[in-house]
Order: sequence, then C-alpha cells, then structure tokens
Amino acid sequence: MSKRTVEVELSTSGLDAQGRPQRVPLVTNDGGTAVALEPPPGVEPDLEGEHMLINIGPQHPATHGVLRLVLELDGETVVRCIPHIGYLHCGFEKIGEYRQYNQIICWTDREDYLNSIGNNVAFALGAERLFGIEVTERCKVLRVIACELSRIMSHLVWLGTFCIDIGAFTPFLWAFQRREEIYRLIEKWVGARLTTSATRVGGMAADIPSGWMDGLRQFIRTFPHTLDEIDRVLTRNAIWVGRTVGLGVMTPDEAINWGLSGPMLRASGVDYDVRKDFPYLDYETYDFEVPVGTNGDVYDRYLVRFEELRQSVHILQQAADRLPDGPVNIDDPRVILPPKSKATSEMESMIHHFKVVMEGPRPPIGESYVAVESPKGEKGYYMVSDGTAKPVRWRIRPPSFVNLAAIPKMVEGHLLSDVIAINASIDIVMGEIDR
Amino acid sequence: MGLTASGEHRTVSYAPESQEGWVATRLDFLVNWGRANSLWPMPFGTACCAIEFMATAASDFDLARFGMERMSYSPRQADVLICAGRVPFKLAPIIRRIWQQMPQPKWCISMGACASSGGMFDNYAVVQGIDTIIPVDVYVPGCPPRPEGLIYGIRMLQEKVKNERASDKGIRDEMEPDPSSQLYIPPPVIDELGEPFGNSVNQTRSGL
Amino acid sequence: MSRFEVVRTGASAPGAQPATQRNVQHRGGEANTSAKALQDKFPAGVKRVEVIWGETIVYVDPAAAHEIIRWLHDDQSQQYDFLSDVTAVEYRDAEVPIEIVWHLRSLPYRRFLRIKAQLPKGAALEIDSVMDIYKSADWLERECYDMFGIRFRGHPDLRRILMWESYKEGFPLRKDFPLRGRFSRSEQLRQALAQNPENRYSMEELTIADAFVDLPQDMRDRLSKGERTGE
Repeated sequence: MSKRTVEVELSTSGLDAQGRPQRVPLVTNDGGTAVALEPPPGVEPDLEGEHMLINIGPQHPATHGVLRLVLELDGETVVRCIPHIGYLHCGFEKIGEYRQYNQIICWTDREDYLNSIGNNVAFALGAERLFGIEVTERCKVLRVIACELSRIMSHLVWLGTFCIDIGAFTPFLWAFQRREEIYRLIEKWVGARLTTSATRVGGMAADIPSGWMDGLRQFIRTFPHTLDEIDRVLTRNAIWVGRTVGLGVMTPDEAINWGLSGPMLRASGVDYDVRKDFPYLDYETYDFEVPVGTNGDVYDRYLVRFEELRQSVHILQQAADRLPDGPVNIDDPRVILPPKSKATSEMESMIHHFKVVMEGPRPPIGESYVAVESPKGEKGYYMVSDGTAKPVRWRIRPPSFVNLAAIPKMVEGHLLSDVIAINASIDIVMGEIDR
Repeated sequence: MGLTASGEHRTVSYAPESQEGWVATRLDFLVNWGRANSLWPMPFGTACCAIEFMATAASDFDLARFGMERMSYSPRQADVLICAGRVPFKLAPIIRRIWQQMPQPKWCISMGACASSGGMFDNYAVVQGIDTIIPVDVYVPGCPPRPEGLIYGIRMLQEKVKNERASDKGIRDEMEPDPSSQLYIPPPVIDELGEPFGNSVNQTRSGL
Repeated sequence: MSRFEVVRTGASAPGAQPATQRNVQHRGGEANTSAKALQDKFPAGVKRVEVIWGETIVYVDPAAAHEIIRWLHDDQSQQYDFLSDVTAVEYRDAEVPIEIVWHLRSLPYRRFLRIKAQLPKGAALEIDSVMDIYKSADWLERECYDMFGIRFRGHPDLRRILMWESYKEGFPLRKDFPLRGRFSRSEQLRQALAQNPENRYSMEELTIADAFVDLPQDMRDRLSKGERTGE
C-alpha cells in the first residue's frame, strides 16, 4: 500500500461549521464517487501518533466480574484507563431501608459473595453496636472462626483466578478443591455453602453441630500442605516473578491518599490492619502477625495475601483451642429469638418470638460504624437508626470500590497484559463495588 | 426455546406419515448427540452464582464429564449462554448484545433465582427475569443453586437438545423479540408480574 | 532483606495497644481529642459535637467543611490522612436536612472521626469536594451524586457512576424515590435497552455529531484539535 493510499484512508474532512468533527466518510472502491479528503491544515496524518481505544468488558473472563475498562493504548502501552462500573448495581442500600436488621443479614451475603460469612459477622457487629449489645464469649470465638474461614475462602478464589489471569491453571483447581472442604464445613454448620446468613443480631443462627471441630482441625492440619505446594510452584517461579514484579506500584503515601486498604495498602508498606488497630471480637488476644510488603507491586500483594492465608490458619488453631462452652446467643428476648423448645411451650416466649419475627428488634435512635478487616480491606457498615425496626440508612463501605478507583493510576505506562495482572491483584468483587 | 413473543406454541410433532427415513433419524441422533455432549458454555457470570458455576467447573463436581469444560468467553464460539447471577438494568443491553452475537444453534440457561425472576432484588435496579430480554431454555432455581442443581439443569438442557429434530424447520431460527417493545414478554404481562402480590408482601414485613 | 521475604510487623502506631471496645455507652462517652481541637480552632465552623456509641461526630457548617477537613489532614497534631468514606443520609422526616458524612481516620494516631454537614432540602444540595485533599474522594463523591443528587463543587468529573449516564428516573437513594423506581417495569426495560453503550466504544464513533455533546470536555478538545484514530 502506497503512502498516498494511507493518507486518503486515514484523514478526515475536518471540522464542520459548528466546530465539530465531521463524520468519517467511507472511501469507496470505484474512485469516482470518493469524497475529496484533505487533512486539516497544520496537522499531519501520522500513523505513530494515533492512540487506540480498547474496550475490555463488561463481559470478559479476566475482569473478575462485570467491570468495563476503556483503555487508550499507544501501541501496547496504556496511556489512559477509564474504568466504568455499575453493571452489577442492585440497590442494596435502598433495599436495606425496607428490611429489618435480621433480614438485611441475607443481603450482606450477596454483596461480597466471596466473604459471605465475614460480611454477616461485620453487619452483626455493627447492629449490635447500634443496639448496645454484648455477645457471649462462645459467639465471639465462633465469629472469629467464621471470619478467618471466610478470609481463607476469599483468598483462595483470589489466588485461583489471579493464577488463571497470569496463565497458570493448576493452582485454581487446587484452591477450589480446598474451598470445597470449607464449603462442607460451613454447610454442616449453617446449612448453605456460599450465601450463609450465619449471624443474627445478638448471636448466631445456629451453634456448631457436634463433631464439627474435628472437621475444622482436620482442615487446619491439611491446609498448610496445599499452601506449601502452591508456594513451591509459584513464589520463586521465574515466569511468575517476571510477570508480577514491578507492576502497579503504589508508594505508601499514594496508597493512603487513594484510600487503599487491606492487602493493597499493606503491600505498599503501610502497617494498617483493622484487627490490630481498631480491634473487634477480641482480636488483640490472638497471637498473629500482619504481613507488610515493601515495594507495593503486584508481587508483594501476592506475598502479603499468601502469608495472610498462613496467619489465618494460625488464628483458626488458637480459636479452635479456646472455644468456650456456653450459650451462643444472648438472653435478650427483645432482640433474639428464644430457643424453639421454649417458643413452642411457653406463652411468653411465643409472644417474644412473634414480636421479633413480625416487628423486628428495634434499636435506640443513633448510628454506628463498625469496620472489620475483610479479605479485601476495611469493610464497614454504617447504620443510622430512628428507633424503628428498619434502618434509616444502611451504608456499605466497600473496600474494593475504593481500591479499584486507583486502577487508572496503577496501569499508566504498563503493557496491556499487565493491566490484567494489576486488575487481578486488586482482588475486586463487583458485587461489593456496585452493590 | 423459551417463551414465544406472539403466543403461538411451537411444538415438535411426529406425524405418522412423516417422510423421515432411517437415515434422517440416525442423522438427527448423531447431530443431537454431538451437540448435547459438547455444549460449550458462555459463562455470563455476574455474581454469587458465578462462583458456584466455577465450583461446578472445578474438580469436585467437574463439568468436563459433560463436555462443558471449554468455557467460551467469546460468544461467537459458544453454544449455551449460562446467565449466572443478577442482571441489573445497566447490564441488560450487554446481555442482549451477547445473545445476538452467538450463532445458532444456541440455548440459554438462566442460573439462579436472580436471573430467572429477579430473585430477592425486587427494586429499581434489577431486571426481573432475563427471559424478558433473551429467550431462555432452562431455569435453574436456587440462591445460589448447588452444583448438583446446576448439573441437573444442564442435563435437562441436554434432553431438550436430544429431542430436537431437523425436520422441525423453525427450531433453529433466531427468535426475535416483539418489534414494538423489543421484549420477549408482552409489556402488560411484565408489568403485571412485576407487582408484588399475595404472601410475598407479608414476607418482607414492610409491605413493599 | 531478601526479595522473597515479607517484612512482618504488628501494629506500629505509638501508644497503648488498642483493645476491643466493651460496654460502650449510648451517649456521653469520651470524645475524640480532635473534637476539642476543632472547637478551639474553628469556633464558628463547628456547630456541635456528639458521642454516640463511642464514636465522635462533629457537626460542621457546610461552608466551612472543606477548610476543616483540610486542616484535619494537614495539621501535624491531627494527621487524618485516610478518608474512609463519603456518604449522605436522608431521614424519613421531611423536615430534617440531608446530612453529608465523612469518615476520617488518622493512621499515625489511630483515631477515627465522623464529620457531618447538614444541607437543608429546600435549597440546592451543593458542597465543596474534598478531592483536592484525598484522591479516594473521587469515586465516593460520584456515587453520592448518583444516589442523592448532591453536587460537589470542584469535582472535575461529576457524573453518574453506578447508574447509566442517561438514567432518567432520578436519584435512587432519596426517600421520595420509590423502591421499585418511578417507571413501570417494561418502561424501565425499554429505557435500559435504549442506553446504547456503544456510542462510546471507539474514537471513530465518538465523532458522530449527536454524541459529541455528551463527551467529557478534554475529549472534545482533543477531537476539535483534529486528533484522530486509526480504524
């Protein structure tokens, strides 16, 4: 193709009377009816200077949900990235204003669906703060077990999908196999695999069945072997290191200013973990370490999350050892359902059951915000009560939403394939981002 | 292939005097056997059901034994669109476009309560059932459905595929929505079904 | 330190080790020290301080909110360097104004503060953006605008983020917005299908005249200067 032909095909006819660019006309083949095209004066038709606009998503295997990234590319280097979200916006916060507190727990499963039981715990903590309730010791330890199991589940999904994005398929299968074991445990406890609705305001939906702790200990004993296996395959692998080191670097000050939290923030070297800095559920009494990275790149995020998996197992071991006997729910009939045996035999318990189910527990006027360390970052539920059974405002502070906002900063100057790796390293869940 | 827009019923019927001979029936069997046992899914996974779909595809439940391990994220190479998860209104034109990009033969599985009917999200943001915007063959209930449930739905689809006949001329035509509304269910029916009714109003205890 | 090792530390902020809060009072607990500092520094800007369930809430004048948050970020004794959340609350009582809520954390001092500004409903809902202080405010304020219709002055790109840009039904989290939206289900589907997201897929299609006015200003400038793309 001669240079002359290239010029004809690429140049536009310039601007129209209103100063808007004119529609690019199709060049016909017969030559006779082709519009005479002149480049605007002073602007050279230049192949090298043109940027390409590429659209990734919203349906895409590697975006981890319905995320749309519009990338402006100079060759294969990203010049600008514009993320579009909202493709999974389902009106959680609106619907929270029309549901009682115990009913909202079912919604908390679905927004960050990888950390369902952790979200249940986070909401229950916030609601109990709003009600002014202290839960029992057994309930606290069970909730710690739930949170850490949830953290392991979420990090395993992240690990599996992150590996697939980089190109390694086998760790995905290993990770999901371990997840099936946790699913079986959770299903024995709560009844559901993924959407657990495990907590209630004032306690848990159910106590663990007998023999459950043996299953947990079995898991604690065998899980580190899988971690060692994945570690052997990935951590010092030249391809892995080559594809992840130096990508998406966020300095500590940038990370704090962009509001990153969780492993994203800790990989940049900032030592902020809600379990250590603003503890809940007696986390200060557990002996665990918080991994903090140095470079803030994708590789450090991988290392931080991997180490968190090991630390979670350590916490689970301690929780399993210290689980006290006793009731799992508090003994407050205005808030929590009475035991079934009482509700079907005593009149007063039946009335309490009726009131809690039909009207719902009513907190005093006030508001609360309790933040927990979800696998994605600082997760919090801000609830405002006006004294009725349904909150005035239920706000979900979504860690992935704030983490994802930094992606334009992180991918600038990197290659197209790095965009996928960086996006995967943020560990986003679109359900939480769009709510 | 889901609901018809105009209300006609499309049935597959065998007339005793049909001209199908031995070759045609063997060919039907072969073609349907090939299609049913190698349905390449296009996982349109949005939310929690997508995670259960991934668990179904992973080693414990293993979709590979049904020939479905090759996930086709390009709709051009896919056979069955598995809509796993809730579809908000913002995503509606996307799933419509993906469905249009899939070449025949194609089927659709609506996985989960949210894709089938809007699920627990009866609000301003969620499509109350994707069968309003694309034709659905199999609905799999559950929130999320267990992997066994999804596999049962896939088996139902395989039975449906195996019962197709080449002599049924219209079966592989592209099913178009109603031209005036661009929807697969008449708008008055959608509006009527969209109103909460009966006991569902009391279930939420808010009257809404 | 080897490249493959991860530095392990625990909580590094100075002071006593934090503990899980127990038996938190409903009202009248001990306020965050920043509240007193704010009242001294901005006697006109700070309207009142409340402590509800152990959390300090500082009600500020909307006009002074930006200055106060800037001071909280910059001052060495405060160092609220982490903006956790920007959101809004509308109460069911029509008389009560809409509140804009900022959740601030000081990571060096391990403090948490809630700042609230009240905007009466009769007037325009506008407040200064804090995006020049915290970059995390970008999307958080866009979501606030999308859900409540609150305009943040000084935000460079205030458009809808969760709903599509031509969404006509209004601002979903307002109390006068019904749960199921204003239009019928079939009408909502029709409007959703008419979104036409592909208008913005390529630079070439962006030059189509009727989409031009919807583009962001910098893209319009670049197109006006004659910038083009290959196919």
